[in-house]
Amino acid sequence: MPLLDIANVSKSFGGLDALKDVNFAVHQGQIKALIGPNGAGKTTVFNLISGSYRPSAGRVVFGGVDLTRKAPHAICRLGVGRTFQHSLVFDGMTVLENVTVGRHCRSKAGVLSAALSLPLHRREEREAFKVAGESLRRVGLEGKADEFAGNLPMGERHLLEIARALATEPKMLLLDEPAAGLNEEETERLAETVRRIRSEGITVLLVEHHMGFVMEISDEVVVLDYGRKIAEGPPLMIMDNDEVVKAYLGEALE
Amino acid sequence: MSADALVYLRRHAGFFVFAVLIMTIPAYLHDSYYLSILAFMGTRFMMALGVSLLLGLAGQISLGQAAFVGIGAYGAAILTTRLGFNPWLAMGLAALLSAVIAGLVGVPTLKLRGYYLAMATLGVNEIIYILLVQLKSLTNGTDGISGIPSLSIGSLDLGGPKAYHLIAWGVALLMAAIALNLSRSRVGRSLRALRSSEPAAESLGVDTSFRKVQVFMVAAAFASIAGSFDAYYVHYISPDGYTITFSIILVTGVIIGGLGTVWGAFWGTAAVVVLPEILKRVNGDITNLIFGILLIAIMVLWQGRTRSLGRLVRTFLVNRRGRQGTTDGAGEPEA
Ligand SMILES: Nc1ncnc2c1ncn2[C@@H]1O[C@H](COP(=O)(O)OP(=O)(O)OP(=O)(O)O)[C@@H](O)[C@H]1O
Ligand SMILES: [Mg+2]
Repeated sequence: MPLLDIANVSKSFGGLDALKDVNFAVHQGQIKALIGPNGAGKTTVFNLISGSYRPSAGRVVFGGVDLTRKAPHAICRLGVGRTFQHSLVFDGMTVLENVTVGRHCRSKAGVLSAALSLPLHRREEREAFKVAGESLRRVGLEGKADEFAGNLPMGERHLLEIARALATEPKMLLLDEPAAGLNEEETERLAETVRRIRSEGITVLLVEHHMGFVMEISDEVVVLDYGRKIAEGPPLMIMDNDEVVKAYLGEALE
Repeated sequence: MSADALVYLRRHAGFFVFAVLIMTIPAYLHDSYYLSILAFMGTRFMMALGVSLLLGLAGQISLGQAAFVGIGAYGAAILTTRLGFNPWLAMGLAALLSAVIAGLVGVPTLKLRGYYLAMATLGVNEIIYILLVQLKSLTNGTDGISGIPSLSIGSLDLGGPKAYHLIAWGVALLMAAIALNLSRSRVGRSLRALRSSEPAAESLGVDTSFRKVQVFMVAAAFASIAGSFDAYYVHYISPDGYTITFSIILVTGVIIGGLGTVWGAFWGTAAVVVLPEILKRVNGDITNLIFGILLIAIMVLWQGRTRSLGRLVRTFLVNRRGRQGTTDGAGEPEA
């Protein structure tokens, strides 16, 4: 059984079919890439998995659980972590505090416990800051722990989002264009980080326009074009696929 | 003293110094006019703390806090004068009712993003005000309710200005401690997170609608308790005190005081209580007009320059402290 199963999923916004009958699966331990031209529906797939959108048809099944009617915070608890294409770090908080928010789905002290600073809350706080520190180390941001997140450059913002998602103890990570705005060296470091995350047992599904990066790290690639899946397979096979080349003609010429 | 206790003291030094300063005032201040102003500051501080949690932490605006203050006041008045309830019990029941009403208003409106809460709370404030005026058999209409008892503990009467100061500020400080704890906790971080980005907060496991409703209920309970305290101090209430105007002044005060920290609520309270008192002496009738203009002026002038009046005062104190080499309690770390 795959870890994630996208089964006959469609999503329309008014008259626009952002996704049409899309099927693919991600297996435990894979790094899988989701590629396609602008507006192909990649981010929409992420929003459907993480519960921000509900599919118009079809099902999203994760670890045997149907996610279709679940709220985002519940899906986080089931083990899906994600980052966002357009940086959504919490600007007014420090980098470390940002990551502690990732512990929210693994802790339970409520308003009363927090208001009175009861032992349960204090224990969870210690644990949250400890795990947050470790998560920052996993992405190499430990030196920036006390900076305000709003002051980070673009590339590090995405690393911060990865650390934040790691703190939720995900079984699977969804990364939306993690290499956007990075130079070659930073992209290389990101590739190493993603591989390390996979080697820790976390399955990765990523959206990326940087083809070198995609070809280098993914085991399998799914290609979307105008909301339809036009190809799926190992990177080398995808590169030779005529339809993919056609869909990408504009960008390939860049 | 153990190292833990020292760390604890240092971390909360600002709060403890503030608490000691406030609680020792009756030892040397005997003028009942000034004590009354301080008492009102205490209850307004309670209201402002709720607004600060709701607006400063969670980024949600309520323009109807006066309705909850009114429920607290009328709940206390009706339950004690008509039904002979113990004042403390009446205060608790009124706070519970306020929280329940906040929940009923909050669940549908806080699910939506945007200014639905602001609009809904304006409506609630207006409805509660109309009810206070129209339900004459219960509220005595515009005549108001008099003969509200004082608070007491056993046979100890807390109606005098000094005793009242201690109990009102004691409760206000307790609320401040709660607000500070909350803002530094997992709950506070989840609120700051959702203010910054609801999708991101949700992706990390924060049930944003639930959290927003929770903090709105806490703010309503704080306002309600403050309303009850006022009623027990003045012994008389009428609907005038619970209009939308008061809700707006409260929110404005907190914004001026600064949304960045819970202490902004204190500076905001000072602005809201002390300014009109000064203006009243100078001006008499047009106080409200001038007060309004001043509030707007402060908001406009301060925008973008420094985040708050409180910060400005603190910067001033810190600079002076730097020169004189003394310590000062108001220099509280970011909440
Ligand atoms: N909430 C929404 N409401 C209306 N239309 C939407 C919404 N979200 C996405 N769409 C539309 O669905 C289509 C797919 O969008 P999506 O963001 O998934 O593309 P993408 O593949 O991530 O593109 P990019 O590479 O530019 O990020 C686009 O036409 C987009 O305008
Ligand atoms: Mg996208």
